[in-house]
Amino acid sequence: MAGLFLLPALALYALFVLFPIVQAARYSLYDWNGLEALDQFVGLANYQRALNDPVFRGSVVHNGLIVVLSLLIQIPVALALALALNRRFHGRAILRLVFFAPYVIAEVITGIVWSLILQPNGLAEHLLEAIGMGDAYHPWLADPGTVLYALFLIITWKYFGFHMILLLAGLQGIPREVEEAAEIDGATRWQALRHVTLPLLGPTLRVSVFLSIIGSLQLFDLVWVTTRGGPVNASNTMAVYMFDRGFVRFQFGYGSAVAVILFLICFVLALFYQRWVLRRDTEGATTYG
Amino acid sequence: MAEPTTTVGSVAVERRRTGPDTRARVVRRVASVVRYVLLLAVAAVIVTPVLYAAIGGFRDAPQLAANPVAMPDPWVWTNYTDSLFSASFWIQLKNSVLVAGLSTIVVVLFGALAAFVIARRQFPGREAAYTLFTLGLLFPVTVAILPLLILVRDIGLLNTPFGIAIPEAAFGLPLTIIILRPFFRSIPMELEDAAAIDGCGSLGFFFRILLPLARPALVTVAVLAIVSSWNQFLLPLVMLSDASQWTLPLGVTNFSTQYTTDTARILAYTTLALIPALGFYVVAERQLVGGLTAGSVKG
Repeated sequence: MAGLFLLPALALYALFVLFPIVQAARYSLYDWNGLEALDQFVGLANYQRALNDPVFRGSVVHNGLIVVLSLLIQIPVALALALALNRRFHGRAILRLVFFAPYVIAEVITGIVWSLILQPNGLAEHLLEAIGMGDAYHPWLADPGTVLYALFLIITWKYFGFHMILLLAGLQGIPREVEEAAEIDGATRWQALRHVTLPLLGPTLRVSVFLSIIGSLQLFDLVWVTTRGGPVNASNTMAVYMFDRGFVRFQFGYGSAVAVILFLICFVLALFYQRWVLRRDTEGATTYG
Repeated sequence: MAEPTTTVGSVAVERRRTGPDTRARVVRRVASVVRYVLLLAVAAVIVTPVLYAAIGGFRDAPQLAANPVAMPDPWVWTNYTDSLFSASFWIQLKNSVLVAGLSTIVVVLFGALAAFVIARRQFPGREAAYTLFTLGLLFPVTVAILPLLILVRDIGLLNTPFGIAIPEAAFGLPLTIIILRPFFRSIPMELEDAAAIDGCGSLGFFFRILLPLARPALVTVAVLAIVSSWNQFLLPLVMLSDASQWTLPLGVTNFSTQYTTDTARILAYTTLALIPALGFYVVAERQLVGGLTAGSVKG
């Protein structure tokens, strides 16, 4: 009986989620262009090639940089805004609506609009000129030295609201009395925040951090429409590299090996995170893990 | 810290007379002003790009090149009207709606059926099935996209809405099941027993009692599915080579590479593509927030 209810979902899931991942592992052992027969078995050569390719290694580093920047800047910004919105004042609802809005704007649209803003003679340059700082303008997306930071700012624009919403929901689950009790006991606002609110917000923060890491590792849409990984591979991510090798150059076997590496990185990270970080939390808070 | 305003200043004078209580009030007052200013600054950063796109669409290329900061002079309507009268915009809109509708129906129906037995029935392998689904949150479409193309090609769904909607639904199952399970579990067993006594089988209970009762949760997962399908880019990029099947994200991207020099036209088209998503957001914000937080925060 239970099987009948479970079957449609399980079949769909097995065919379109699990099976392709197994297939990726299989394809990764072949030299294959996706069209001819799958008979050029090469063992682990594709993996070896990826790990020795400076462009791929660079893209791993780029993903890593985005992860680190997200944790150091995006989450604290989201937390500060969540704290600011976690009290009653006029306009709170509308500000929340505005801050979260970029989450529903497609990455593709976000990328197109921002690259028009940042391009030479675009809005950014004119705004800087208008406040007398025209010299500060730089074609950030076109410079290999700054492109990743520019992309990171666009990512932050789009996603800080998402983390803010999660953290705000977490904050609203903390009874006001707890902080008040701390303040009555002589704690300053800051101490109450540091020693009472933040620890209680821990489970939500950890989920937010986890989602931020996984999201940063899979970054594709935004990069593809703004820079395609350029200039000179300076903004390549693992997913962009995989797409380029697999679909643009028809190296399906090699692209699959890259996909498997990306998957393994996410998987190991998730296991580690689940084991060492989320574990401390109650069951309800770890529904994501 | 901001300069104290005159009101704050006069209260500060008062403080010397009345002691530390008023001082705390001044600090709070200043903090609240600073907070407002910062929050409004952040709001401006969020709103500016969207307004720039919407207003920029009303310029012509020379205006935009001369000064993208000022208001359009004169307001040029042709960028918007050209896009609105082009067949391709409406075809892409229709395709996006069709794909989002299909994938949402499949993921909500299949997800609800599975969540029902996982939440309310004892059977061997129940926890294993649930774990298997939750693991899916770690499998992004990105990782599976090459084999997915081969699979969709082999079953003959390339260049069809199904070729996108079905994989989307499959990848949406984990979150749907995770959100629905606690809702379904919270509906009292007595209700199901009573229904059974009245001759209502599992299927009847599911469709006639459980689903209507769980409507808020179903709306929530449907909203999440619609938003994620609406913004999906990688799947259409890979599966749809036929322009008549393109969804809006693909159409917008293509439009922007086709008219690289005509920024105003791109802005108009992008704005038009953005309107349905923002409109939907304003209507469904509550469900969207509820769904995302239910999936990740205890509650």
